[in-house]
Amino acid sequence: MLKKRIIPCLDVDNGRVVKGVNFIDLVDAGDPVEQAIIYNAEGADELCFLDITASSDNRDTLLEVVKKTAENCFIPLTVGGGVRSLDDISRLLHFGADKVSINTAAVDNIDLVAEAANKYGSSTIVIAVDAKQTAENQWKVFTHGGRNETDIDVVTYCNEVAKLGAGEILLTSMDRDGTKSGFDNKLLKAVTSKVNIPVIASGGVGNLNHLLDGILEGEASALLAASIFHFGEYSIGEVKRYLADNNIPVRI
Amino acid sequence: MNLAIINFGSGNLHSVHKAFENVNSELSNPYNIVVTNDPKEIQSADKIVLPGVGAFGDCKNAIFKIEGLHASLEVSVLKNKVPFMGICVGMQLLADLSHEFGTHSGFGWIPGEVRRIASPKEYKIPHMGWNEIRFSDHKLFDGCEQGSDFYFVHSFYFQNQKSEHSIATTKYPDQITAAVCKENICGTQFHPEKSHINGKRIIHNFLEWRP
Repeated sequence: MLKKRIIPCLDVDNGRVVKGVNFIDLVDAGDPVEQAIIYNAEGADELCFLDITASSDNRDTLLEVVKKTAENCFIPLTVGGGVRSLDDISRLLHFGADKVSINTAAVDNIDLVAEAANKYGSSTIVIAVDAKQTAENQWKVFTHGGRNETDIDVVTYCNEVAKLGAGEILLTSMDRDGTKSGFDNKLLKAVTSKVNIPVIASGGVGNLNHLLDGILEGEASALLAASIFHFGEYSIGEVKRYLADNNIPVRI
Repeated sequence: MNLAIINFGSGNLHSVHKAFENVNSELSNPYNIVVTNDPKEIQSADKIVLPGVGAFGDCKNAIFKIEGLHASLEVSVLKNKVPFMGICVGMQLLADLSHEFGTHSGFGWIPGEVRRIASPKEYKIPHMGWNEIRFSDHKLFDGCEQGSDFYFVHSFYFQNQKSEHSIATTKYPDQITAAVCKENICGTQFHPEKSHINGKRIIHNFLEWRP
C-alpha cells in the first residue's frame, strides 16, 4: 500500500536554517545539511528546503546546501523559494534537487507550469499554493510569501496546474501557518476531492492529532511540517508511530 | 572496471550519479564511474546505467538525438551482454512501445508495452511515494525483505508480455511491475537512488551482479 509521506521543511536564509533544530548531536544548529542528514536518518520520507533569502545575489549559497545534501541523503529533496524560470529549475536539478517547487512565478505566468513539466517531467514539478480563506468555503491564491492577494480561486487554480502537468501540489494555509492550531482541513478536502494529483498539506501543525486529521479529514497524500520537528517537540519516528497506531500506512 | 551512467539530459542524472558514487565507494574494488554520452566510452564500459524521468517520447528522442548513442548501447548490451540497469523511464524504454502522449516505439529489449495506470478516482496519479514490493529470487534483491518500501513516481507502467520478465511488483491498487530482468538487462520502476537504505542495497547488488 502507498504510504503517507512525512516531510520536514527547512527554511533557509543565506545558506543557514532560520529556525534551528536543537538536536543534541548537532555541531552547528544553523547548518541545513547537518539537519537534513539527521531527518534522513530518523526516517523522513522526503526533505524540503524553502529558500527565503531576500536578495537574489545570495541565492547561490543555497546551491551548495542542495549539493551537499544530495551527496548525503538518498531520499527525495524538494527545493523552492524564488524559482522564476526554467533556468532556475535546471540549476537546482543540476545541483541535486529531485523536485522544484514554484509559487509566485506560476501565478504570474501559468505557461511556466506546462513548460517546466514538459521539459523536466511532471514528477519534478511541485506547485506551491498559498491559500487564504476569503468567504465560507472559498479560498484565494496569495503570492509573494502571502503578502499579495489575487482573485484566483484556489480549487480552480489547483485543477488548472494539474491539467498543465504539475506532479503535486504543496498547499499552505496562510490562515493556519504558524498558529499551531491544525491544518485547514476544509481547504485540504476542497482541493483533494477535486484534484487528481497528490496534495501535500502544510501550515498549522501543532500536535500529533493535527497530522492525523490532515490525512483523515483533509485526505492529504503527504504532510509537511517545520516547527514541530525543529524545536524537537516530536521526532519523525514518534510521528510515524502515532500514525501507524491509528492505522495510517507509513514507512517505518 | 568502468561503469557508465548515460547522460542524455535526464533530470535525475545527478541523484543517480551521487547514489552510485556513494555505494561504489564502499566496495573493495570500486568501479570507475563515468557520466557520459560518448559511444566510445559506453562501448568500453563493464556496466551501464540508464536513468530517466519525464515523458517516454521526450527521453527517447533525447537519446536518439545523440549520434551513435543508441547503436553503442545495442552493441554493448545486446551483443556483448554488458550488465545494464534502467531506472524509471530508463526501464520503460526497454519495452516495445509506450502509449504515453501518443504511441512511441521503445528499444524492444524486453517484450511488453507501457500503459497509463488505470486506478479508481481516490488513487492519485502520479503514483508518488513509498510503496512496498514483492520480488522473486534475483540477485538484485539480495538482503532485501519482502514488503520493503521503495520510492516510486510514475503515471505509466511496464506491462510485460512474459511474466517471467517481471521480477518485482507493487500494488496501486492493481498489480504493477516494479522491476524487470531479462538475461543481462534489468530495470526498476522505483528510484533506487531515492529509496534510502533499501535503494542503496539494490545499487550494491547491481554493482556485484554477474549475470
